[in-house]
Amino acid sequence: MELSNFRNPELIKKIVTELQGWKKPVKFMEVCGSHTMAIGHWGIRKLLPETISLISGPGCPVCVTPSSVIDSLIDLKDVTIATFGDLIRVPGNKGTLEQARAKGLDVRMIYSPMEALEMAREKETVFVGIGFETTIPGIAYTIMEASRQNLKNFSVLPAFKLIPPALDALLSAKDTEVDGFILPGHVSVIIGSDAYNLLPEKFGIGGVVTGFEPLDILVGIKKLTDQIKAEKPEIENEYSRVVTGKGNMQAQEIIYKVLEVEDALWRGLGWIPKSGLGRREEFEEFDATKKYGITITDTEEQTGCRCGDVLKGKIIPPECPLFGKVCNPNNPIGPCMVSSEGSCAAYYKYER
Amino acid sequence: MKSEIITLGHGSGAGLTRKLIEEVFDKNFQLPTLDDAVEIENRMVVTTDAHVVKPIFFPGGDIGKLSVTGTVNDVSMSGAIPKYLLSAFIIEEGFKIADLKKIVESMKHAAEEAGVHIIAGDTKVVEKGKADGMYITTTGIGFLPAGVNLTSKNIQPGDKIIVNGTLGDHTVAIINAREKLELDPTPQSDCASLNGLVQLMLKNGKIKFLRDATRGGVATILNEVTEEINLGIIIEEDAVPIKDATRAVCGLLGLDPLYMANEGKLVLFVSGETSNLIAEMKKHELGKDSSTIGEVTTEVKGVYLRTSIGGLRPLLMLESDPLPRIC
Repeated sequence: MELSNFRNPELIKKIVTELQGWKKPVKFMEVCGSHTMAIGHWGIRKLLPETISLISGPGCPVCVTPSSVIDSLIDLKDVTIATFGDLIRVPGNKGTLEQARAKGLDVRMIYSPMEALEMAREKETVFVGIGFETTIPGIAYTIMEASRQNLKNFSVLPAFKLIPPALDALLSAKDTEVDGFILPGHVSVIIGSDAYNLLPEKFGIGGVVTGFEPLDILVGIKKLTDQIKAEKPEIENEYSRVVTGKGNMQAQEIIYKVLEVEDALWRGLGWIPKSGLGRREEFEEFDATKKYGITITDTEEQTGCRCGDVLKGKIIPPECPLFGKVCNPNNPIGPCMVSSEGSCAAYYKYER
Repeated sequence: MKSEIITLGHGSGAGLTRKLIEEVFDKNFQLPTLDDAVEIENRMVVTTDAHVVKPIFFPGGDIGKLSVTGTVNDVSMSGAIPKYLLSAFIIEEGFKIADLKKIVESMKHAAEEAGVHIIAGDTKVVEKGKADGMYITTTGIGFLPAGVNLTSKNIQPGDKIIVNGTLGDHTVAIINAREKLELDPTPQSDCASLNGLVQLMLKNGKIKFLRDATRGGVATILNEVTEEINLGIIIEEDAVPIKDATRAVCGLLGLDPLYMANEGKLVLFVSGETSNLIAEMKKHELGKDSSTIGEVTTEVKGVYLRTSIGGLRPLLMLESDPLPRIC
């Protein structure tokens, strides 16, 4: 199908009409921040019947990065900090990287981790290693390159997160009620749709890997309702134009050549076993935590911000008492309001 | 002011810039207008604009050309015909004189094209590492033709909103050059003087108000206008001209062309019949892709976009530069 057809108003109208007849109240979680944005962007919530509600999940890499990561970066001296753009306005306990930059910290926004290697030729450089399975292979490859080129000025602060263990933890904790998952498209390109088999097998909940065009998302929702009707929860792959069952083996190989699974701290969610990646021993010289003696700990201050409950899908952003009042994109109290992928930012922008 | 230091966001042209102007500058200067150019006397209009761009040479232009076209455009948006420019250079120690010559020649060429004379200037040199190579400030002087009075106060429900071509070209050219994205073909900045096009438009349509869509892009201008006139605007997504390359870069980086800077694009508000105006604009080199993108309305408050699948979503005023996203 031509890509433009994924926005075809006729096809969209047809599927919306079918969905309009859905009677049983259900809650579907879109795990990925890009889906939250796409849903807002296209006004999809308004096309659905009241019986189908969409809640956001933990899939915003910036939002789940602990304050402790940002604070440790702000404390570094005489280094260049290279980061993806949307982290620079996220407040830690010591302010944001953008504010620290205005006070003299050398913070540079980059688009590819390989740019940080170039910077490391001139000056000690720390790359902020945030992200899910989508971005991790590129960063792992950069670490391999640094090792190959013996670039001792380069290190990565690892704060990587993995999606399937987070969903496992959310459902195991039993405080999130979900009837189905709209599963991340880009993450799944790397890990494959089979990676979510634990959802139906362990929890009896189905999921559909979907793309980001409006028709992708609506078809994903339709498939979830079909599964519920048939009482057959399973993992389906709507995004088969780029996602396979096994994923990108080469990318996975690169990840696990450099990194290994470890427990990870998620902002708003706390420590989740085996939900992150740290470097393997042979790459320890490129690990900023080792180089600068950084320890990532749970230091979140109590601000009244309920990003944690938003990330767990327990509440939608307007239910947070700070939303839209003291917390807005210009003055974000919590990370979900900062990142363009954050649920609160998406609600503020599209759904008020 | 909440953050007590200047951040890059204060220079974004979006909400923080506005706040800085209102709370610091205007509070002390009591400016006659917050528009880019101001009429002083005898139909004489002046404006001033500082130009900082990295890289200094980019596909489609350089800081010299930009310093001429940017100021010519600020004068032109008032409806005035720009005549004279003054230019002040801040140059970093170690800058190559050969490069300076290139930039000055480019200014000369751009001035000739726009029909303006550069009549005076100033030069300062600062220490190595201080000015990103060079900054140029230009001041422009122009004269309003009889009967021309463009102000947002003229705008009424039903007025059409037109842009003269594809949005986001300048920003994409800069991102491509700065981040070495190596797009093929290389995207070119739209950097150009719009004074000729503006005079042609004034002759062919009932123009109410004009703005050049620089920092903050079209969406920021529309938001400023709706605040001033207390009316709503609905933009039709399908009617907004955007190049495929721009769409691709924006999709990749999570940016929105409606918020991206242009250097040769204007937004015009016009009443009455527009088919002749659009036809005339399309004959002009800088108006080939002109398109009516929306309308002023009482249906909504603020600025909304009707998406190509029929949804309506707000186009909010941003507080600062949009950030590219991680994935």
